[in-house]
Amino acid sequence: MPIHDQGYRRYQGTRAAIGRSWQVMARAGVMSIVTKRQFMGLMLFAWAPFVVRAVQIYVSATFQQAAFLAPKGETFREFLDQQGAFVFFVTIYVGAGLIANDRRANALQLYLSKPMTSAEYVAGKLAILFLFLVSVTFLPAMSLLLTQAVFAGSLTFVRNNLYLLPAITLFSLAQVLLASTTMLALSSLSKSSRFVGVMYAGLFFFTTALFNALRGITGRSSFAWLSPTAALEQLGDVIFRLTPRYQLSPGIAAVTVLVMIAGSFWILMRRVRGVEIVT
Amino acid sequence: MSDISQAPHVQEPPPLAERFSGPVVQADHLSVRYGKNFALNDVTAVFPPGAVGLLGPNGAGKSTLLKSLLGFLVPEKGSMKVLGLDVARSPLEIRERIGYMPESDSHIPGMNAVSFVAYCGQLSGLPATDAMQRAHEVLYYVGLGEARYRNLETYSTGMKQRIKLAQAIVHDPDLLFLDEPTNGMDPKGRDEMLELIHDLAHNKNVNLILSSHLLPDVEFTCDHVVVMDKGTVATYGPIAALKGTTGRVYELRVKGDEGRFVEVLQAAGYEVSHTDEDVMRVFVPGATDDSSKVLFALAAKERLQVRHLRPSIPTLEDVFARAVGEV
Repeated sequence: MPIHDQGYRRYQGTRAAIGRSWQVMARAGVMSIVTKRQFMGLMLFAWAPFVVRAVQIYVSATFQQAAFLAPKGETFREFLDQQGAFVFFVTIYVGAGLIANDRRANALQLYLSKPMTSAEYVAGKLAILFLFLVSVTFLPAMSLLLTQAVFAGSLTFVRNNLYLLPAITLFSLAQVLLASTTMLALSSLSKSSRFVGVMYAGLFFFTTALFNALRGITGRSSFAWLSPTAALEQLGDVIFRLTPRYQLSPGIAAVTVLVMIAGSFWILMRRVRGVEIVT
Repeated sequence: MSDISQAPHVQEPPPLAERFSGPVVQADHLSVRYGKNFALNDVTAVFPPGAVGLLGPNGAGKSTLLKSLLGFLVPEKGSMKVLGLDVARSPLEIRERIGYMPESDSHIPGMNAVSFVAYCGQLSGLPATDAMQRAHEVLYYVGLGEARYRNLETYSTGMKQRIKLAQAIVHDPDLLFLDEPTNGMDPKGRDEMLELIHDLAHNKNVNLILSSHLLPDVEFTCDHVVVMDKGTVATYGPIAALKGTTGRVYELRVKGDEGRFVEVLQAAGYEVSHTDEDVMRVFVPGATDDSSKVLFALAAKERLQVRHLRPSIPTLEDVFARAVGEV
């Protein structure tokens, strides 16, 4: 029997409105990653600091002798700083191949031949990384705040430190957006996810090393803007109402982070195309 | 008891009228440039509904035209309409209604065939359950039913061509863009692919534009042809009409100075092209039944022996050769 006799029929059902493809992409991307045991192991590991802090809060709330362990506003800042390591690993694990693998398999032309814009494509990819990064930053930090209220049996701490709610949200957002957009931009520059991972790590370590070298030579930390990580730390201190650790204006730190994010979007909009033109 | 006539797999395709019936593509003075080179130079063409072949040698601008119609390339000047919609203004509405089978090997990594095709269906707006159901159906249709749970990275070249077709038709497009669909396929696979394309166009009423440099592929599957050469449209029209140009084609072989004889024929206003078998094809415009005598007379005048002379049927190859000036 000729193969075409297997049948092909017209589609009479409904179609989703244009502009929702990024959700389909995000859902599929998340599902493909959560099925990896290795990654789930990493996520469990990323929540270990939360468990340690939760125990600390429980002990301080339960035993008078351990009252010195009671959380302060800066506890949450420190916690998010610690989570930075997991942000780094999750970003590399999830993000390195997000666009690079599509470029390797020539999938961009398939995606963009569907009713979706390149902005939607980027949004779909960004959503995948964003979701996982939020789950190792914002989510455990907020859960920690909730845990404190539950173990203390009152909302006094939360009420006294109400700024923590926007601070955690804002700093997590800055942390996550900086990591995810930078990684996606790098991912769009190569067809090899391994190379992208190396580039990201290189960018992270090289800029930090450069800043530390200049700091060592000049004895001043005003070069913190050279390192996105240092700029983010500076911004975090300001957001959490702590004494800034570097001699860098918070405005410049914010501009550094914003320039990195905007630059990444600029690269993405130029690299995510249905056709690669080499002239 | 379920009524078998309600079963989805026996549902007849709706009549042609339900598909878009106007010109599926209109290009008006379209120019696209890569750097300093014009890939398309003032292209004006109308693609009627049905199966249209986009024919031309490599580098003629066929793929560039398709990519411009998809909105991947922004033209330097000119305008395009696909299914009556302006490409510059409504690219997403257009892409919702078209299917694109790219020339190069393309897939989404880490997926098996059925997940991939269903995913493409969802990206085109189908609900998840419908997309999965149609993914199974189209995979059977393209002959990958048994291999639909295999990872795409393990597929052969021929299977990859079929999966590209499956993802292009899963959402039941009104118009299909097929870019070199038989590339890299073995003869049997190629025949099956052409059968599929023919079936889609003629039995399933899917409008399609088949870009190819292979004349037999276009001749087998299409009713109309647009011949491109060096970024311009060389000729276009129904294949039957183009082949039926007043005149007659002869296959001719002579003994002697063949090059000189070609010059004589061309001087007499005849078009000559060569085949692989040392036989020239001579197109005699406005010929009558006894025009072969003229060829004998010309050979005799040049003191050449006619070793082979046979009337032939005009093919798309003749149309192509005339259009791009290879005569």
